[in-house]
Amino acid sequence: MENLIALLIAAPLLGAAVLLCGGRRLDAVGHWIGTVLAAASFAVGVVLFTDMLGRSAEERTLTRHLYSWIPVEGFRADVAFHLDQLSMTFVLLISGVGTLIHVYSIGYMEHDERRRRFFGYLNLFLAAMLLLVLADNYLLLYVGWEGVGLASYLLIGFWQHKPSAATAAKKAFLVNRVGDVGLSIAIMLMFTTFGTFAFGPVLAAAGDTGEGKLTAIALMLLLAACGKSAQVPLQSWLGDAMEGPTPVSALIHAATMVTAGVYLIVRSGAIFNAAPDAQLVVTVVGAVTLLFGAVVGCAKDDIKKALAGSTMSQIGYMVLAAGLGPIGYVFAIMHLVTHGFFKAGLFLGAGSVMHGMNDEVDMRRYGGLRKYMPVTFVTFGLGYLAIIGFPGLSGFFSKDKIIEAAFAKGGAEGWILGGAALLGAAITAYYMTRVMLMTFFGEERWRDAPTPSPAESDVEPAAETRGEYTPPHPHESPSSMTIPMIVLAFGSVFAGAFFGIGDRFLHWLEPVTGHAHGHPPVSALTVTLSTVVVLIVGVAIAWAQYGRRPVPAVAPRGSLLTRAARRDLLQDDFNHVVLVRGGEHLTRSLVYVDHTLVDGVVNGTAASVGGLSGRLRKLQNGYARSYAVSMFGGAAVLVAATLLMRAV
Amino acid sequence: MNPVNYLYLAALLFTIGATGVLIRRNAIVVFMCVELMLNACNLALVAFSRLHGNLDGQIIAFFTMVVAAAEVVVGLAIIVSLFRTRHSASVDDAGLMKL
Amino acid sequence: MSFPLLTATAALPALGAVATAAVPAARRTAAKWLALLVSLATLVLAALVAVRFEPGGDRYQLTESHAWIKDFGVRYELGVDGIGVALIALTALLIPFIVLAGWHDADPQETGSKRWRPTQGFFALILAVEAMVILSFEATDVFLFYIFFEAMLIPMYFLIGGFGDRAHEHGEETASTQRSYAAVKFLLYNLAGGLIMLAAVIGLYVVAGSFSLQEIAEARANGSLQMAATTERWLFLGFFFAFAVKAPLWPLHTWLPNAMGEATAPVAVLITAVVDKVGTFAMLRFCLGLFPEASKWATPVILVLALVSIVYGALLAVGQRDIKRLVAYASISHFGFIVMGIFAMTSQGQSGATLYMVNHGISTAALMLVAGFLISRRGSRLIADYGGVQKVAPVLAGTFLIGGLATLSLPGLAPFVSEFLVLVGTFARYPVIGIIATVGIVLAALYTLVLYQRTMTGPVRPEVSRMPDLRARELAVVAPLIALLILLGVFPKPLTDIVNPAVEHTMSDVQQKDPQPEVEAAK
Repeated sequence: MENLIALLIAAPLLGAAVLLCGGRRLDAVGHWIGTVLAAASFAVGVVLFTDMLGRSAEERTLTRHLYSWIPVEGFRADVAFHLDQLSMTFVLLISGVGTLIHVYSIGYMEHDERRRRFFGYLNLFLAAMLLLVLADNYLLLYVGWEGVGLASYLLIGFWQHKPSAATAAKKAFLVNRVGDVGLSIAIMLMFTTFGTFAFGPVLAAAGDTGEGKLTAIALMLLLAACGKSAQVPLQSWLGDAMEGPTPVSALIHAATMVTAGVYLIVRSGAIFNAAPDAQLVVTVVGAVTLLFGAVVGCAKDDIKKALAGSTMSQIGYMVLAAGLGPIGYVFAIMHLVTHGFFKAGLFLGAGSVMHGMNDEVDMRRYGGLRKYMPVTFVTFGLGYLAIIGFPGLSGFFSKDKIIEAAFAKGGAEGWILGGAALLGAAITAYYMTRVMLMTFFGEERWRDAPTPSPAESDVEPAAETRGEYTPPHPHESPSSMTIPMIVLAFGSVFAGAFFGIGDRFLHWLEPVTGHAHGHPPVSALTVTLSTVVVLIVGVAIAWAQYGRRPVPAVAPRGSLLTRAARRDLLQDDFNHVVLVRGGEHLTRSLVYVDHTLVDGVVNGTAASVGGLSGRLRKLQNGYARSYAVSMFGGAAVLVAATLLMRAV
Repeated sequence: MNPVNYLYLAALLFTIGATGVLIRRNAIVVFMCVELMLNACNLALVAFSRLHGNLDGQIIAFFTMVVAAAEVVVGLAIIVSLFRTRHSASVDDAGLMKL
Repeated sequence: MSFPLLTATAALPALGAVATAAVPAARRTAAKWLALLVSLATLVLAALVAVRFEPGGDRYQLTESHAWIKDFGVRYELGVDGIGVALIALTALLIPFIVLAGWHDADPQETGSKRWRPTQGFFALILAVEAMVILSFEATDVFLFYIFFEAMLIPMYFLIGGFGDRAHEHGEETASTQRSYAAVKFLLYNLAGGLIMLAAVIGLYVVAGSFSLQEIAEARANGSLQMAATTERWLFLGFFFAFAVKAPLWPLHTWLPNAMGEATAPVAVLITAVVDKVGTFAMLRFCLGLFPEASKWATPVILVLALVSIVYGALLAVGQRDIKRLVAYASISHFGFIVMGIFAMTSQGQSGATLYMVNHGISTAALMLVAGFLISRRGSRLIADYGGVQKVAPVLAGTFLIGGLATLSLPGLAPFVSEFLVLVGTFARYPVIGIIATVGIVLAALYTLVLYQRTMTGPVRPEVSRMPDLRARELAVVAPLIALLILLGVFPKPLTDIVNPAVEHTMSDVQQKDPQPEVEAAK
């Protein structure tokens, strides 16, 4: 069984290698190779899963040491895998959703001439992501960590001919790099503290060392998680990442990669448990992000960017839960899995809408699409109900638990965090209802030619603003696209109930993450009821604004908050002014310094030597007699010196 | 006669030769002055030989004469060819040794 | 007596250089093939060296020793340790690619004179550099090392000054002026360093009475040689200055961007990937080996200089408009990492630094050679003259990206292993310096990705729209390098096995022990 673990990663890796090196002759079959290998990985995952279920809870962990990677005196890094219930959950999620999205992409990317390469990148992503969750030490995890970053870079920038896509890809990689520095410093700290960075020894010895060191390690891990999971203050890349093809947004920027930060925190639970200060920071980051993302999601007119804001916000919930410690770990992962289902489903639905609408992303150019795309409407609708936490659906079970756990933190902190989570739930209901209403209900705004949007909007004007306007012909997508959506919708509906009822998921993960029952200051029922109440409030407000009244096809100017939220709450502007401009000035002045000062000192020396030699050169005038004079002079000096030496 | 007087004479001749080399322009005269310096040295060497009572100085003087003879051959040849090309025997005509 | 393998490894390219230079003017292609064959045969010999070398055995192996200048005790003494083996392998490995990449770089533009033989000269000079670099990796006699250390400047001077890059924004004339400026600058900087080193070499002989590394080490060990602290420091500085110029370390770096910018891409690779490695290699072998106390004394200053190099080089790389100068500044940043690893005085740092030398050689070669192919197509070195190449030449863009990713030390590629080891090794002893150095990681991503974005992505510029993709010869250069980058990134064990024992020797030279992890120290 242990040997199968490597196969999980090897299958998509092989796919990536074959597809990327294979050249044009594989164009015709490339997407099938990619999909089959992704499915193979999922199949292996299922085999391992059934095998794991067959064993008792304590014996479920599998390890496999492949080879010694970097053997250096006092330093040991191995290529070794560690498969326990936590990794298993991720393996099934990644390869399962991954396979579905491969299938979806066959249809979605049908007309792209570079489809083979797209599948190669997707396979590369799967391999890296599986490596990330299967690694048994932090350094190998780091390889997967940057590997998914690379795949994300390649896929965001897949349409490289668009400058905006290339810029977004670069931005994503750079912001992630800042987070990665956190991870590498954390690994270095582990090495100097514990002499190793393998999960087993580090987590076992976490209690043996001072809290200061552990807090430092934990904060560095949090920095890494912030980068990868788009948490404040490193969240700015996620919105731009929507430049990538929609399946990519679904797989990488919703279901799997962006949740890696949550995995990292939960995996390093032992370190965080021993560093309460760091945990507090984690919860604050989570709470701030869940509100931040939700507010941004309310203001966006681009359907994918609205969903991206929502992703940020939902991961905020997970990070918040992970920061709560043992009372939250299991729920963080549970929300992560259900979110994987419904958010991937929502993105695929958005992709399906765009597919039928000539790649239009502005929701103000949608409206009334439910008649034309029934399957998309139903699956998207189920995903919508799941994410807002409609009782009985997935999101309800997982999110409710997190809110409960936040209150259970106790004290003022508990009230603040719980309040933030509740408020977030209300905003979630609001913005998701807004998306739903603007897209599938109301007037068919796409029938009229668009009026040029004011400069305020950051949505690029559609290509057909010039010349004759031909309205799109909305149509349902092919079955290769709808089937994955149906499967995901199924998951969005039932996964939560399956996991939540009878605490199935809790018992499954408890041996790995540990669990402590929280005692909220108010009863669980009260929390649930208030969740439902805020949900209704959120939906009602959205209905009042976007359901009852017609949606204007051009975005109104909006309040100060709306305008700020449209610009990602001005974070990009801050980055631009401080980092980009400042950096440009710094490098420019350094180039100048290098040229004039560092080089100048040396060139100056050279020039003065040159001047001196120019003067000396005048002595060499070519007249034999003056040479003779210097000869005689020299001889006289020598004689004089000799005599002088004698005399002394 | 006191052999030291020969040394004085040699020094005098050498100085006359050296001055001639430095101040005269005509290459032939310069050349003759060089010869004068060489012979001043010869005189001094022979005087030393007498003073020390061995033959070392005389032997070196013979060497000097041989070298001087060879030098005359080469030097006169150079001066003659210089005169042919430049129609002048002045050493100051051009800074020949300057690149 | 056994076969003098080390001499043969160096003699073969030397003889090859003579033979290549002697090929008649009309047989240009024959000269190219001859050079390629000689470099490949050298690679075989170097591989033999690596195979015959036993990692667990003596410190210096395959030794040869003959008296040379008896009066001064100068001996022809060769021997390799693990670090030497790794770098000889790197050199012998890169030269065939350099030859192949520069296949058309020295083709004469006009076939007027029959005696004009630039092609023969170009390849002969490359082989001559190879011979001298290999000898300086092998020499265990300080004087012998010095000779080759200096002698390689002469062929390098002609390679930079005589065969520069024709692509220049202000035309051929300016290119020629710039080229001779760069060549002279290269020569002057390195000669100045070499001169100071010569003084130190003589000083060493006066103090120690020998030029042999092993004799000096023995004399030190049994106490018959004791250097006064001041003397040792002066001698150390003399050696270090020369190596810091060659490496190059801030603020002695400014010759590198000029030299790499003006030289053809293969020669630029020769400079940064091969010749400059002699500098860092010599720091490990001579500075630390001969003057351990002075090395420890100078460590704080050198670490700060290395740190400045890392950040400064990376920042300047961000600000460059010229592709080749950008790579040059990136190299300065990387050399900062190497020097930092050497002087961190930990096993991880020094193993990392040695791996870094090898990996940086391969990754820079990959990036720079592809950049050279790109530049030769468009005839411009300016980043702004490109755009959208990815669309017309996807293979070229893909290999360029991989070269760039190696430069930014992406995990899974070879440079990551070495960079991380250097960082960990430094962090273990000097946490603050280690943390600041991680800024270099972020900046590396910035300059690489900006370069890629500006040249390869976006709308296709009309000037590049008919650019051909990589040809078979070019692919034969790039593909093996990329394969090596991946192989050494995933499985660096063969390299670390060779390097580790040598690093332990160096560590015992400087009498340093790795800092113990906190938890174990407490137990």
